[in-house]
Amino acid sequence: MKLRFLTAGDRGLMVELGDEVDLAINRRVHALARLIQAEDIAGVEELIPTYRSILVIYDPLILPYDELVERIRGLATEEASSAQVRTVTLPTCYGGEFGPDLEDVARHNGLTTQEVIDIHTSRGYPVFCLGFSPGFPYLGGMSERIAMPRLENPRTKVPAGSVGIAGTQTGVYPSETPGGWRIIGRTPVRLYLPERDPPVLLRPGDVVRFRAIDEEEYREIARLERDGRYEPEIAYGGGEGE
Amino acid sequence: MSRPLFEVIAPGLLTTVQDAGRKGFQKFGVSPNGALDMYSYRMANFLVGNRDEAALELTLVGPTLKVLASATVAVCGGDLSPSLNGSPAPRWESFVVREGDVLSFGKCRGGSRAYLAVSGGLDVKPVMGSRSTDLLARLGGLGGRPLKRGDVLYCREAEPAPPGRCVPPEYIPEFPSEVVLRVVPGPQDDHFSPKGLETFFSSTYEVTSDSDRMGCRLEGPAIEHLGGADIISDGVPLGAVQVPKHGRPIILLAGRQTVGGYAKIAVVITPDVDRVAQLKPGDRVRFQRVSLEKAQRELGKYLGKMDPGIIRQRSEKVSRYIIKINGRRFETVVEELS
Repeated sequence: MKLRFLTAGDRGLMVELGDEVDLAINRRVHALARLIQAEDIAGVEELIPTYRSILVIYDPLILPYDELVERIRGLATEEASSAQVRTVTLPTCYGGEFGPDLEDVARHNGLTTQEVIDIHTSRGYPVFCLGFSPGFPYLGGMSERIAMPRLENPRTKVPAGSVGIAGTQTGVYPSETPGGWRIIGRTPVRLYLPERDPPVLLRPGDVVRFRAIDEEEYREIARLERDGRYEPEIAYGGGEGE
Repeated sequence: MSRPLFEVIAPGLLTTVQDAGRKGFQKFGVSPNGALDMYSYRMANFLVGNRDEAALELTLVGPTLKVLASATVAVCGGDLSPSLNGSPAPRWESFVVREGDVLSFGKCRGGSRAYLAVSGGLDVKPVMGSRSTDLLARLGGLGGRPLKRGDVLYCREAEPAPPGRCVPPEYIPEFPSEVVLRVVPGPQDDHFSPKGLETFFSSTYEVTSDSDRMGCRLEGPAIEHLGGADIISDGVPLGAVQVPKHGRPIILLAGRQTVGGYAKIAVVITPDVDRVAQLKPGDRVRFQRVSLEKAQRELGKYLGKMDPGIIRQRSEKVSRYIIKINGRRFETVVEELS
């Protein structure tokens, strides 16, 4: 594995595994991050894995820079396994009040709303990284057949759980925020609850799938979530998702 | 156990509850937050006998607080002219407040942020292991927002620290309005042209008024990129100097987002991040390149200074007099030396 080590200040080391947005590179990023985490190296304080790199925050008084680089180089030779990749399925109610932009997305692409739903639910989306706001997943791999530019005038309030499209990307809003994505549906599953441990459902390196549900099932799952009794649909291994 | 300590009469410009920050959740997109000037925050806590307890971070215009119960407090950081019942209150020194007192702040005479710590620490519910306010994600502190009029702040029960504990003068930083910030180049200094790097290291930049807890925004000569400002988004360390397309640098602080898509030309060394936190609009900065080795030596010195062992107890034989000359008030401290 070709690695590039870059200085990121007196407490940061940027480990680059590639220089493009690519699923294979991203898999290696998260596999390496898991290995570093599992090593529990004294002096490593925090890891921020993203598309093609890991920012390692460390304490140089405990762990000198050169030693940290050597430790990571040693770990990186191990093969990444996809056995640990989790696939998280998000039941989603498309259209109607939950997906006010579904019809626009269909019209824009010359499709029926059902076709948009079928395409959107037909594949898994890798979580390249989390960022922007707590638990917000940067997802890759959406079909260009349902792409559509952002709204010209962003909404001041997008409800938590909203599933949207922005250009060729799809995503889910973990909390209520302003936003300009085309909202095609909503999941009753909470991606982010600050009091929960861990506070976020999705982790970098997961694969997300969407499953179409009706309003009745939406309300049932929402009720279970509220009571803290909802069991997320998580499968391990495979990880290809296509 | 917890008791009501302050009632907020006026909230000030931007007063938030902060501690040492939220650790270990950046990979989930949760900003660390915490005190922007970590040194002043820690000193204020040491003075009242705390470690990393929750304190108030005050910005330019401090709050007016009615005291509801006796406590030992301390104010460190920028000089926001603290006063107790209308008389000047000490800075970098613990003092006692009692029920019915009014703690207020006046003119900003130096720096821009001050820290008010109380014995036992402020009591708000920790979220993800921290009491810090995250204004962007609206979490921690008082429901993720700044103080507002009518809020009541609680403090945790603790053995009150004695008054008159002080930070020795050699440990009290100055807050000049013109600073040289030491930086380690990278991680994306190769995204800038030689001319761009030259501009960055030779120009003086001015702090703009849209700076906030996320970042200190600067105005000045545009820094030339090499092949565009955008990178594939990656993790953002504290003190990162990112340069968007417009070419003007932004220094990212504790309230930053965890991931960013602009090239980072350099990272301000940790001790100097505290100085950035004390800049105000119109202040001027220059950047100076240092090696990683030098930066980490400075980090060691800085962390070594943040030791509760440096706190001194003022001698018992101290008297404070407020004297008035031609209508101006002066505080005089008389200490009997053995």
